[in-house]
Amino acid sequence: MSDVADRVKKIVVEHLGVEEDKVTENASFIDDLGADSLDTVELVMAFEEEFGIEIPDDAAENIQTFGDAVKFIKEAS
Amino acid sequence: MFDLTGKNALVTGASGGIGAEIARQLHAQGATVGLSGTRTEPLEALKAELGDRAHVLPCNLSDPEAVDALPKQAAEAMGSVDILVNNAGITRDNLFMRMSDEEWNSVLAVNLTSTFKLCKGVMRGMMKARWGRIINISSIVGATGNPGQANYAASKAGMVGMSKSLAYEVASRGITVNAVAPGFIETAMTDKLNDDQKSGIMGQIPAGRMGTPAEIAASVVFLASAEAGYLTGTTLHVNGGMAML
Repeated sequence: MSDVADRVKKIVVEHLGVEEDKVTENASFIDDLGADSLDTVELVMAFEEEFGIEIPDDAAENIQTFGDAVKFIKEAS
Repeated sequence: MFDLTGKNALVTGASGGIGAEIARQLHAQGATVGLSGTRTEPLEALKAELGDRAHVLPCNLSDPEAVDALPKQAAEAMGSVDILVNNAGITRDNLFMRMSDEEWNSVLAVNLTSTFKLCKGVMRGMMKARWGRIINISSIVGATGNPGQANYAASKAGMVGMSKSLAYEVASRGITVNAVAPGFIETAMTDKLNDDQKSGIMGQIPAGRMGTPAEIAASVVFLASAEAGYLTGTTLHVNGGMAML
């Protein structure tokens, strides 16, 4: 697993309080990991800080799963 | 009670009568204050009066870019914004039938849109801190209406609806959003009224007098305090009984 994926996973596990093995490629933050809509905003904020990038609102809306997040961050950083 | 030591508060309209008193009282409770307003001179005078823990942050709220920049400037000056008091407001009174789009838009922009943008601008820091206090200064007119003030009343009622919606969204993060709705308060704005107007107003106030800026500021201090942590989405009507809502 890449470094980016590890770092994203760590944030998700810490923020949502879920087991690491639940955070799979297609795991949806809201449907599978118990996030509410405000949690997803906070996750995006945490990704921005961890990776020193800016995630515009329209892009943030498309980040629904763990895999989406890793893919976006790899492309942006 | 109501100790604000270590908290950083941004107050807009701090050059005006009510805003300056809000800043004074927050400061007296131990908060660091960011004094924002369009006129620098009274802000500098207030800073000189307060001494330590005061920063002057000039901002013209009718300039959207300046509004966007203000939360960042405040956080840089003070370290964070834990308390936001949206107090600045303007009036452009006219009969509804004669009210121009410009009169409508300028009042909505300063009173309501800038409040929206400033709330949004400080939200990230408050979410991370899991603590925040937003106090929006509305008006009795937002609840009762007032002839000649359709634009002002709409903006002040809008602040209440916005505050409630935001209060819902962020309550679980330790952030409260409330409004204070002053009635007739002794300020430069009400000094301009003539005696007939004043006696007409007095007849409608059960308390038989105008309120003071200090009485508005005291409500703000309360809402800003840790003790008011379970109070959110409400409006405190400070109006001497003029409208019991």
